[in-house]
Amino acid sequence: MSDKILIKGGRIIDPSHKRDEVADLLIEAGVISGISPSIAQPEGTFRTIDARGLLVVPGLIDLHTHLRVPGFEYKETIASATAAAASGGFTTVCCMPNTNPVNDNQAVTELILERAAAEGLVHVLPVGAITKGSQGKELAEMAELVSAGCVAVSDDGLPVMNSEIMRLAMTYATIFDIPVIDHCEDLNLTADGVIFEGKVSTDLGLRGIPSSSETVMVARDIELAELTGARVHLAHISTAGSVQLIREAKKRGISVTAETCPHYFTLTDEALRGYDSNAKMKPPLASSKDMEAILAGLADGTIEVIATDHAPHASEEKEQELDCAPFGIIGLETALPLSLKLVETGVLSLSDVIEKLTSGPAKVIGQKIGRLGIGDRADITLIDPDVEWTVKASDMKSLSKNSPFIGWTMKGRASTVIVSGKVLEGLYDGGKLR
Amino acid sequence: MPLKRKDILSIDALSCEEIDLILQTAESFKEVSTRDIKKVPALRGKTIINLFFEPSTRTRTSFELAGKRLSADVINISAASSSAVKNETILDTARNIEAMHSDFIVVRHSASGVPQLLAGVLRSAVINAGDGAHQHPSQGLLDLMTIKEKKGEIKGLKVVIVGDILHSRVARSDIQGLVKYGAEVCVVGPPTLIPSGIERWGVKVSLHMDEALVGADIIIVLRLQLERQSRGFFPTLREYAMLYGLNQNRLNLADPEVLVMHPGPINRGIELSSEIADGLSSVILDQVTNGLAVRMALFFLLSEGSQH
Ligand SMILES: [Zn+2]
Repeated sequence: MSDKILIKGGRIIDPSHKRDEVADLLIEAGVISGISPSIAQPEGTFRTIDARGLLVVPGLIDLHTHLRVPGFEYKETIASATAAAASGGFTTVCCMPNTNPVNDNQAVTELILERAAAEGLVHVLPVGAITKGSQGKELAEMAELVSAGCVAVSDDGLPVMNSEIMRLAMTYATIFDIPVIDHCEDLNLTADGVIFEGKVSTDLGLRGIPSSSETVMVARDIELAELTGARVHLAHISTAGSVQLIREAKKRGISVTAETCPHYFTLTDEALRGYDSNAKMKPPLASSKDMEAILAGLADGTIEVIATDHAPHASEEKEQELDCAPFGIIGLETALPLSLKLVETGVLSLSDVIEKLTSGPAKVIGQKIGRLGIGDRADITLIDPDVEWTVKASDMKSLSKNSPFIGWTMKGRASTVIVSGKVLEGLYDGGKLR
Repeated sequence: MPLKRKDILSIDALSCEEIDLILQTAESFKEVSTRDIKKVPALRGKTIINLFFEPSTRTRTSFELAGKRLSADVINISAASSSAVKNETILDTARNIEAMHSDFIVVRHSASGVPQLLAGVLRSAVINAGDGAHQHPSQGLLDLMTIKEKKGEIKGLKVVIVGDILHSRVARSDIQGLVKYGAEVCVVGPPTLIPSGIERWGVKVSLHMDEALVGADIIIVLRLQLERQSRGFFPTLREYAMLYGLNQNRLNLADPEVLVMHPGPINRGIELSSEIADGLSSVILDQVTNGLAVRMALFFLLSEGSQH
């Protein structure tokens, strides 16, 4: 096996370098060594990938993945999650700390990274907890987490309710210049709600989660970001009110970034009509007005990141009454085509979509990835933008199949994934999953 | 004419023609209960399973008696519904029960959507005996039957539904049925217990009991779950009774021929005063009698339908 790869004739889209042109790309010893309209055949043995008709983009980065390791290996393993990631075109995933035990210390971070090195197909960047045990009471040892390899902190899933603790966490995080990622949810307002509060919750007789459950915390976090000067990243934004607050905060120069997920710009609470537990997640699918606002927020740059919030749950957990089924859906294998659809519907340019999946998230975590520069590690995704395919549970690499998109016809898919200069073999064959 | 459907899940799904058929059939079954031998052989050899995940005496008894009056074999199963105490999924439970060759599964569950979930995977006819805050179709039907019996026609009647609309499956089934037949429906209660966007169902919303009751032909008083107070939906039971309890002074605001209904069991002195519950306007016991007849009609019509 040669360590030289020549990718010929693809449309290279690299938003971080504002590049969008048909060109060749050469990889040597795991790094990108050349990009130009025509690269001559290198000396020695090399592999050629014919990329004509394909997009050549930086490997996609998911800022919000639940690997479920350690503690919930029956839902997902690092091997299965990273296979799903690669299958979806992602070469880096950031894993949330709500594991068992919680990733609130060096030992857990090291365990995740060791397992990722042993069985992971793509890069894994852990996110550490904000507070010990994500209990919202005492700060976790952030310096230790950062030195062990955490790229951000978050109490995702168990958000910090105490605003003073959040203030202290943000202030403290400025030492390390890492982002504090908040899952914006006022747990008291959510109470025992299971879906978005609105006409669907009323029709179905289900307890609602008001949109203010998210917006109240977005407003709080913006105020605290201004107060502390910390880098604050707001996860999985889902409502019109939040988009408006973030837009105004950015105008005021507050260092706040935001992400949304494909389900929030693709589905509304109408998807719950059949009591489908695979449409139950937090924050909940909202109204069409909210979906429109998310699309507008993506279009004007208020939301700079598309993340998956990939949240695997076993079928026996999801096949319950809707009240009892856990929140969350998987997303790594469907995020790319659902995002590419935004190009077709005229919401974003192709380059904008790629940016929100590559350099956008890279910037949030301050990592030199998600770009195609000479000397950069060769994490590259080739996308066939025209291939149509049907989402089938049996084809999915994730151990869990809790997706509302099963049965959907998608357009566009990753056809080849290169991680650190190595083509992932066996995952693909001519654009089709084997 | 049989009912051409496998399950009874909500009032919304039923057409007026289907409801008329159910109510006519129920009328004819009422007579059976007045006979010396209160039994007809219509469902001989059929098996009905009452699968109740939520405790209920009256609805379960009513379904049980309805099945027995039609000569079906009736089995009651009380199952734990909390996910903490159960060790199999709801679908496993239901599939196990169906493996005993049941013809009807009558299901009550504290979670909305469970009957729909079961109907999708079971061959048996599923009758929703109340799911969460979603639907209670047999209650909706017996309320329609009671109103029709007493008032002749539903169209144009002024109906006031009082209480905890947010958590009430009875309210949702009643509203859908009454609106279908052209009644003018007003819901009244504290705004903390009115679900968002209920106006879209074609009802008026009022926060003031005295205002809502003026000229009412029918008052449906909902049962107040006493634990709502500790969740902060209202400050005290005393204040709830003061603002939304039905007493004689308030009843005087309604039409002189007004009917007072309640799905039971009643919290006397909270949502309804005893003098009204036991008074001349009350048709609460007629509701119970009609409930039995409606449930007999549902079993009979679904069984007829399944043979065609
Ligand atoms: Zn979250």
